[in-house]
Amino acid sequence: MWNRIFAIISKELRQLSRDRMSFGLIVMIPLIQLSLFGYAINTDARLLPAGLLDMEQSSYSRALLQAAEASQVVRFEQQYFTLPEAEAAITRGEVKAVLYIPADMDGRLQRRTQPGTPVNMTEPIAQWLVDGTDTVVAGSIQGLRNMPLDEIRDQAFSLPVPTMEVVQYFNPEQRTVVNIVPGLLGIILTMTMVLFTSAAIVREREQGNMEFLITTPVQPFELMLGKIVPYVLVGMIQIAIILGAGNLVFDVPIRGRLDYLALAALLFIFASLTLGLVISTIAKTQLQAMQMTVFVLLPSILLSGFLFPYEAMPVPAQWIAEVLPATHFMRMSRGIILRDADIFSLQFDALALIGFTVVGLMVASSRFSKRLN
Amino acid sequence: MSEAASAYAVETRQLSLKFGNKLAVDSLDLNIPRASIYGFLGPNGSGKSTSIRMLTGLLKPSAGTAIVLGQTLPGDEEKLRLRIGYMTQKFSLYDNLSVQENLDFVARIYGLPRVYARGRRDELIALYELKDQQKQLAGSMSGGQKQRLALAAATLHKPELLFLDEPTSAVDPENRREFWERLFDLSDNGTTILVSTHYMDEAERCHQLAILDHGVKRADGTPQALMNAMNAWSVEVSGDNLRTLKAQLEKTPEIVSAAQIGARLRVLIHKCSNTEQPLLWLQQHTGQRELEMVRPNLEDVFVNCTGTHATQNNRHIPPSTQGADYVE
Repeated sequence: MWNRIFAIISKELRQLSRDRMSFGLIVMIPLIQLSLFGYAINTDARLLPAGLLDMEQSSYSRALLQAAEASQVVRFEQQYFTLPEAEAAITRGEVKAVLYIPADMDGRLQRRTQPGTPVNMTEPIAQWLVDGTDTVVAGSIQGLRNMPLDEIRDQAFSLPVPTMEVVQYFNPEQRTVVNIVPGLLGIILTMTMVLFTSAAIVREREQGNMEFLITTPVQPFELMLGKIVPYVLVGMIQIAIILGAGNLVFDVPIRGRLDYLALAALLFIFASLTLGLVISTIAKTQLQAMQMTVFVLLPSILLSGFLFPYEAMPVPAQWIAEVLPATHFMRMSRGIILRDADIFSLQFDALALIGFTVVGLMVASSRFSKRLN
Repeated sequence: MSEAASAYAVETRQLSLKFGNKLAVDSLDLNIPRASIYGFLGPNGSGKSTSIRMLTGLLKPSAGTAIVLGQTLPGDEEKLRLRIGYMTQKFSLYDNLSVQENLDFVARIYGLPRVYARGRRDELIALYELKDQQKQLAGSMSGGQKQRLALAAATLHKPELLFLDEPTSAVDPENRREFWERLFDLSDNGTTILVSTHYMDEAERCHQLAILDHGVKRADGTPQALMNAMNAWSVEVSGDNLRTLKAQLEKTPEIVSAAQIGARLRVLIHKCSNTEQPLLWLQQHTGQRELEMVRPNLEDVFVNCTGTHATQNNRHIPPSTQGADYVE
């Protein structure tokens, strides 16, 4: 039995080493995705194109404009003279937001600085008209609401003291990439592990190799195991690439123990590989296998907590997320890499991955029969 | 099982397989003697491959049973794995492995001891003239080389029973001759070989054969017995306007087929009360053209058994009972 499994493993490795395309993908997919996601995904928007509708045209209004631009959230590109004109520009998508400075801004500013005015009596001095369709854009402009006015009048305004102070653990600079890289491990492994195994078995069937193999003494279980073991190695290589590059290029800290991380990764790799096996017993062609992989990949990207916080999702979506191996691995990898969490404190997720693997192997072995009909 | 049964490597009883509503193989009864080369002759879609796949355990029959090397199918497929070899119609080894690597892989799958396997591999590489290709990737080899590699892989573990599904479809005539020489060597050493083909010359080489059509066995026996027992006369006509004559003859119910071969028209006439004097009978249709009775060949048998004409005519002309078995 072991002899046959090793025969399949070594055959698989040899074939993989000759398949330059696959070999290249193993290395290039993580590198390309890492640079794409690392640079592109940013939830704090910068230098949004904005317009100005200045009804006052005073030195104060220009000072306010400069202060807003100095925040780097917006970049003023257009000037409008009437409200309908400004609204039309937002509709066209020319600008994301327009700063409306009313004609009496100076008066509003005066009233605000009069001593003894209670905070709740103050009125805003200007208005942002925002294209609110993109919540990230809207949120960034929202952040300008409490812009300090000190620079405008060269005098200190008494700002209300915050009710609560916030201390940011683990990611004090609030860099998105710190959260993205550990999550990316789960996404890339889902993509390559599920796709490679499902395609590997379906390819043997498509090319006719399976017809010969099943007339030999090889058993379904041996075939399955021999097929997935080489990809465990591939998965570990990919993890090393992502973490290494993430650490070197994006300065993502690796705070936890590497052996915990390796264990979590192994559990996840096995779960993903068995998922690939299950797909391979259903798909008839490599194209179908690919389509089914995408079917798993999309929810893994969107629901696993990779892009959007799990806690923010409605409960039914959370249920779906719980049956995706990526969700569990996402928690474990972020926990270990960023928070130096103990693997035993993540045991629920570890058990979920083990359970997933066991069920997957049973389903795949029972569905794979040594028959063609 | 009776005493006599052990003389057969394969016996099937009413073996059938349905794909959806279509009967791919219909109540097949076969007796394949040990150490013989047995052929399945039939057009594409006649159920040759399906029958072989049932006998190798790849497909589960929907009815009937087969006794292969004493094991009953369906049920005992796994016990047969080490005793049968199977060469698929399409090349089923790995294109991106070399000849040696492919054979090493197959040897390990069959669990052959390492040293023995190496010796056996080199023996087969020499026997099937693959020495110059042993490091070459299988995908880059010619059709004949691939076929010899496939045969080497299928016989690596010295199976008692070898299934070959259209083994020579991608091979030139010279390689086909060579290939058949190897098959006779194997058969001589006691291997039973079941081979499917749609080439007449190959079928003629078999010790025995079965003619399949639309999943039904139309006839079986030795090629000679099949030719002797054919219930049709073979006549060759030479003269003018053979194309017109052919069209005209094909409308006549007693004519099984008319096929032009060079300058002559080969005509198959059903043996029935009208055609007891075939030459005289045919003269009515051919006029002044020259007629000659010829020895029936296997192609005549095949044409007589298969195709639309055959089924039509078989319906009202009783099959001959002497020599070979004709099955309707």
